[in-house]
Amino acid sequence: MKFKQTAIAIAAATLMASVVSAAEVEVLHWWTSGGEAKSVAELKKMMEAKGHKWKDFAVAGGAGDAAMTALKARVVSGNPPTAAQIKGPSIQEWAKEGALGNINDAAKDWDKLLPKAVADVMKYKGNYVAAPVNVHRVNWLWINQDALNKAGGKAPTTYDEFFALADKFKAQGIVAIAHGGQPWQDATVFESVVLGLGGAKFYNDALVKLDSAALASPTMEKSFDTLAKIKTYIDKDASGRDWNLATAMVMNGKGGMQFMGDWAKGEFTAANKVSGKDYTCAAAPGTANSYTFNIDSFAMFNVKAADAKKGQLDLATAIMSPEFQEVFNLNKGSIPVRPGVNKAKFDACATKSMADFDSTAKTGGLVASFAHGMAIPSATQGAIVDVIAKFMNSTMSSKDAVAALVKASKTK
Amino acid sequence: MAIPPSDRWLPKLVLSPTLAASLLFVYGFILITIALSFTESRLLPNWEWAGLERYDELFDNERFWVSAKNLAIFGSLFIGISLVVGLLMAILLDQKIRGEGFLRAIYLYPMALSFIVTGNAWKWLLNPGLGLERIVQQWGWTSFTFDWLVNPDRAIYTVVIAGVWQSSGFAMALFLAGLRGVDSEIIKAAQVDGASLPTIYRRIIIPSLRPVFFSVTLILAHIAIKSFDLVMALTGGGPGTSSDVPAIFMYQFSFTRGQLGVGAASAVMMLMTIVAVMVPLMYAEARSGRDR
Repeated sequence: MKFKQTAIAIAAATLMASVVSAAEVEVLHWWTSGGEAKSVAELKKMMEAKGHKWKDFAVAGGAGDAAMTALKARVVSGNPPTAAQIKGPSIQEWAKEGALGNINDAAKDWDKLLPKAVADVMKYKGNYVAAPVNVHRVNWLWINQDALNKAGGKAPTTYDEFFALADKFKAQGIVAIAHGGQPWQDATVFESVVLGLGGAKFYNDALVKLDSAALASPTMEKSFDTLAKIKTYIDKDASGRDWNLATAMVMNGKGGMQFMGDWAKGEFTAANKVSGKDYTCAAAPGTANSYTFNIDSFAMFNVKAADAKKGQLDLATAIMSPEFQEVFNLNKGSIPVRPGVNKAKFDACATKSMADFDSTAKTGGLVASFAHGMAIPSATQGAIVDVIAKFMNSTMSSKDAVAALVKASKTK
Repeated sequence: MAIPPSDRWLPKLVLSPTLAASLLFVYGFILITIALSFTESRLLPNWEWAGLERYDELFDNERFWVSAKNLAIFGSLFIGISLVVGLLMAILLDQKIRGEGFLRAIYLYPMALSFIVTGNAWKWLLNPGLGLERIVQQWGWTSFTFDWLVNPDRAIYTVVIAGVWQSSGFAMALFLAGLRGVDSEIIKAAQVDGASLPTIYRRIIIPSLRPVFFSVTLILAHIAIKSFDLVMALTGGGPGTSSDVPAIFMYQFSFTRGQLGVGAASAVMMLMTIVAVMVPLMYAEARSGRDR
C-alpha cells in the first residue's frame, strides 16, 4: 500500500516536472570558469526578468567535448535542450540532422546588424538557427613590452621583421616564441601564417573553400617553410604545454611573443597586466588588414510547445541585445558581434579589435578561423590539423606537407 | 539431505538481472557498434547502409596506422617488461627476507593510483625542463639529455616506462601468490638431488607458474589495448600525433570530429585485435589444462 502511494507520488511529480519544463529555457554551455560564469549569470538574469525559468545545463571539461557528448545523448533520446553552445559549421551539421529550429521571428533585423560572413554561419538554408554571442579575433601576436622595448619597441608587420625581432629576443636570452605544442595551437599559428603570407583571398580559397589549386600553390609551400622557421625559435619543452602557460611565459618575461587569439587577453587582465605597459597586442605579421573571427553562438533546437518556443525566441533576442553583448564581452575578453554597443568600458586591444572588425567586414578581409572550427566541417578540419601537427613534430618537408594537406582536404 | 526446491531456481533468479545486463550492455552494444561501422553515421547514428566505405576510410588514414603501430610497440614492451620485472621482484621477495610485507606493499602501491595520476607524475618527471634531465644537469653532468617525452620518435616509450612502473607490482603480487602455491616437497626433493637454486627456478618453479603467466598476460593485454587515460595524461597523444593509440583515435573520431562511422570501425578493429590475441591464448590454456 505504502509502495503504491510512493509510486503514484513519483509519477505525479514526474508529470508535473515535465509540464513545468515546457516553460523552461534550458541552455547547455561549458562556460564554467570565473569570467565566463559571470557572463552566463547575466543572461540568466535577463531571461528571468522576462518571466522565463532558467535551467542551467553546464557541462565542464574538454573544451566542450564533454558537453557535446551529453548533448548527443539528449538529442538522440528526443529531449533536446532549448539552446546549446555550438559554433561554426557544426551548426550546419546539426541542422542537417534536422535537430535545429527556425528563429527568424527573433532575427528580423539581424541581416542589417551582422556582417554577411557572420550571418552565413548562423543560417541554415537561409533561416537563422543560431544566435551569435561574441567575436574573438584569432590573428593576434602578444609581445612582452620590456623585451620589445629593448629590441627597438616596434611590433613586426612582416615576417622579415618578425624573425629579426625573434633573433633579438634570442640574444636577450629568452624563448623567442612562446608556444604550446598541442595540435590546435599549431593550427592557430599556421592559419595566421597563411593569412599573413597569402592575404585574405588566398586564405579563403585555401582554408575555407578548400580549393586544391590554392592548397597546392607555392604560397602554401612558403607558409610551411615559414612555419618550419618559426619552429626553430620554440623551446623544446613546448610539447603538450597549455596555451595559458605559454601566455604566462610572455607575461613574466621568459618568452618574447605568442601567436594566440584574444582569449589570451583574459589571462593578462586576470594578472593585472595592462596593454601598452606590460604587453603589446599586435595583428600577426602581415595580417593588419584581415581578421580571423571565432564566434561563439547558441544553436536553437527544435522545441514543440508554444511557450517553450516563445522562451527560445526571447533568449535569441536577449543574446543579441546591446546590454547583454556589452556585459558578456567585457567579462569574456572578446568583442560584441553587433554595432550599437557602448564602447566606453572596453580596453585598447578590444577597441582596436572592434575597429578592425568593422573595417574588414567592408573590405572582405574578415575570414573564418579554420583552426577554431569556424570554417570547415570538423572531420576535414581534424584531418588538416593532423597534417599540421605532424609537420610541427617531425622532419617532414614542406613539399610533402602540401601533398598531405591536399589529401586531407578531401576528407568528408 | 534433500535439496529444497528453492535452491534450484533461486540462484538462477538472483543472477538473471546481471546476466541480462551484461548481455544487453556488453554484447548488445558490441553488436550496435559493429552495425554502426557499416553505416553513413556522422554526428549522430544514422542507419543508412554504407558497406565497407568506413573501413576504406579507416585504412586510408595514416593516423590510424600510427596508432596501430604504437599499440604494437606499447603492448609488447609493456606486457613483456611487466612480466619480467614482476617475476624477478616476486622471486627476490620469495627468498624469505625480512620486511617482506612492507616491501610488497611498496611495490604494489602504484596499482592503487589511477593512470591519470601516474601519467601526470611521469609527465613532470620526464619533462626535460622540469624533471630528470634538469636535475642531472644541475648535478653537474651538463651534457645529459633525456628528452624522450618531447621526441616524436621516442614518446611512446615513455608511456611504456610509466605503464610498467604502475603494473609490474601487480604482476609481482600474482607471481608471488603463484610461487607460494608451488609444492615445497618437490623443491626439497630437487635440493636432495643436488639441483642448484637457479636450476630449480628454471626447471621446476617457473614452468609450474604457467597458469599465472596466462592470467597476468590476459590482464595486461587488455589494459594495453584499451589504454587511453595514461596516454592522455602523459603525452596527450603527442608530440603531434606521434604517441596516438587506437583508443584515442576512436574517441576523437567518434565524439569530436563527427565521424561516428569511422570511430565505430576503429572500435571494431580494436575488438578484433583483442580477439586475435586472446583466443589463441585461451585455446592453448584450455588445451594444456586438458592434457594435464
